[in-house]
Amino acid sequence: METSVATELRLGLPGRDESEAKITSVSNKRSSSEMDDSCDPQQESVAPAQKAQVVGWPPVRSYRKNILQKKAESSSDGSAMFVKVSMDGAPYLRKIDLKFYMNYLDLLKALQNMFKCTIGVYSEREGYDGSEFAPTYEDKDGDWMLVGDVPWEMFVTSCKRMRIMKGSEARGLGCL
Amino acid sequence: MCLSQSVMNYFPEEVLEHVFDFVTSHRDRNAVSLVCKSWYNVEKFSREKVFIGNCYAVNPERLIARFPRLRSLSLKGKPHFADFNLMPHDWGGHVYPWIEAMSKSRINLEELRLKRMVVSDESLELLAKSFPNFKSLVLVTCEGYTTDGLAAIASNCKFLRELDLQENEVDDRKGHWLSCFPESCTSLVSLNFSCLKGEVNVAALERLVARCRNLRSLRLNHAVPLEVLQKILVHAPQLNDLGTGSFTHDPNSETYVKLKNAMKNCHSIRSFSGFLDVNGRCLPAVYPICASLTALNLSYAPGIFSNELAKLIRHCKKIERLWILDTIGDKGLGVVANTCKELQELRVFPSDPYGVGNAAVTEEGLVAISAGCPKLNSILYFCQQMTNAALITVAKNCPNFIRFRLCTLNPIVPDAATNQPLDEGFGAIVQSCKGLTRLSVSGLLTDQVFLYIGMYAERLEMLSIAFAGDSDKGMLYVLNGCKKLKKLEIRDSPFGNMALLSDMGKYETMRSLWMSSCQVTLGACKTLAEKMPRLNVEIISENEGGAGEGEASLDDRDRVEKMYLYRTLVGPRTDAPDFVRTL
Repeated sequence: METSVATELRLGLPGRDESEAKITSVSNKRSSSEMDDSCDPQQESVAPAQKAQVVGWPPVRSYRKNILQKKAESSSDGSAMFVKVSMDGAPYLRKIDLKFYMNYLDLLKALQNMFKCTIGVYSEREGYDGSEFAPTYEDKDGDWMLVGDVPWEMFVTSCKRMRIMKGSEARGLGCL
Repeated sequence: MCLSQSVMNYFPEEVLEHVFDFVTSHRDRNAVSLVCKSWYNVEKFSREKVFIGNCYAVNPERLIARFPRLRSLSLKGKPHFADFNLMPHDWGGHVYPWIEAMSKSRINLEELRLKRMVVSDESLELLAKSFPNFKSLVLVTCEGYTTDGLAAIASNCKFLRELDLQENEVDDRKGHWLSCFPESCTSLVSLNFSCLKGEVNVAALERLVARCRNLRSLRLNHAVPLEVLQKILVHAPQLNDLGTGSFTHDPNSETYVKLKNAMKNCHSIRSFSGFLDVNGRCLPAVYPICASLTALNLSYAPGIFSNELAKLIRHCKKIERLWILDTIGDKGLGVVANTCKELQELRVFPSDPYGVGNAAVTEEGLVAISAGCPKLNSILYFCQQMTNAALITVAKNCPNFIRFRLCTLNPIVPDAATNQPLDEGFGAIVQSCKGLTRLSVSGLLTDQVFLYIGMYAERLEMLSIAFAGDSDKGMLYVLNGCKKLKKLEIRDSPFGNMALLSDMGKYETMRSLWMSSCQVTLGACKTLAEKMPRLNVEIISENEGGAGEGEASLDDRDRVEKMYLYRTLVGPRTDAPDFVRTL
């Protein structure tokens, strides 16, 4: 004797309470623009309404799931990958992935390209003195620091956002 | 028939044997052995390769008795849905008894290919020591062993040609299994240890590669850094198939430049995979080999962005097999459609399997591929959404599908444009693709889709169903219609006793049936088991506390959570754990 409830067509997953498992039909939102293409682990992942966690769905082997999970974990364990970069006078901000660059030289070259500015050469004593612009960043403690002081790896893990300051302003930081 | 039989009997057996040498597919050889007694005998003593699709359908003793000259054995253990955690651990599928029996009977085993089986270190050790001519070990989605077992293989198999470990769960014992290949070993043709988690002795690896001049296929694990890859490529420019380990390095460094040059020298690479840890800036090193690639697997590399992927793929005009993540996006699939005109097989895996909603491919990507790639015949596609219109277009564009597997991330999502079930879309696929042998359906589906499948999918051999259908009619359409059906796996669908018991003889024509979270009851399963003695009907309980305890409360009218039935020549298996009850 089968219970007929379980066989009636409904949007919920069979065998579950309707209130618990109402899966709303997926919105037509598509990731169409280029800007959205890259994965952004920094973005808060807003879980879509009532996405029921079903055992074994989607059907992906544990081996594969483990690899992807490890990658997700290793990239969001405090290391700031995507950071906002603002430049004084520029109409909008940009976002860059710090993990993409190998060292400071790499990063500064890219920034100069991106913002069409000259940042110049770093020196421990003078900072970027003499340059039109100086790169600064906000670290984990909320302080604004000059880019270049600490070893590269330390910079990547502690940088939360960047600001390319006008040289005139930056002089204040450089000569402390 | 009688006439040809007597004519053929004038030929001495050697001639028959020689003729049979040209019959290689196991299905054809099975057919040959059914013709008459003398053909049966000649075939029996000349068969060297045997494929057993379900290790419990037969036992080692019968195998050896039937094919005493066995040299190559392929075995499959757990059913497909076991890959997705639907099967409790320790269900079975042990290879040891097979190796033990072949060892005792002095079978001259040269090749062993296993899929979804449990392989212990003891089995590997016994294997390594029992078969002096052993040449090839291929383990796909297996588990149960450690690197100690690999050390035994490396140390003892003097003529080893192939060691291929695909997506296995291996315990790393920090031994130096790779160093166990003796200096005298120069026979390796294929080595794949990409799934191993631990470090390997890179110096030993380099020496091994340098002395195995016939090495054609090499897949490294993530612990092998780019510097070592570069050195390996200098030793082995003849490789056909390369799987990189870690692929991240300062692109301004000398090592990277050396790698680029080494790659340029590798004119024979046709298949490429790996990128187990990758920095997009290093991808250009690979461009020189892209033009001749026929197979590319980037599905373990979530860190490559869509635009970098697109740039890479634009170089790959000859690709026939492409495995990729959905980070490629619909746009990226558009690039594939425009570039890869030789594409036959495409797999798009989800980069976000926990479904927190950043998936990036939709029906648009699939349609683009179907329009751009005329040779497409096999697809596995994980997507956010789908429409009937898209599937109908795909069916029109690609009537040559032999494998079509669609997986919507939300298992019961309706047509994104019309909110209707996806019945019509899949119906179009089965109607158009007359050669379809494997199908996985998903999304919101009613009994109607099964009506279409039963009606049109004449060559279908494997069907996977999840969260679909309204009533027993759905399953009945499939069982009555699909004459060639071999494997049917169903989960979370409202199919019950009536469907299960309507044509019990059908199951003897199939390899297996899996039903979990459906409506079948214990009583019906018992009836089936009673009427069909050549089937094993296994009831698998959730709680591993023993089916005995659970049994007291499980009444004939209760639904069975997991049932796995399969045809067998050897009755209930003797190695079933507590939580498995064969009725």
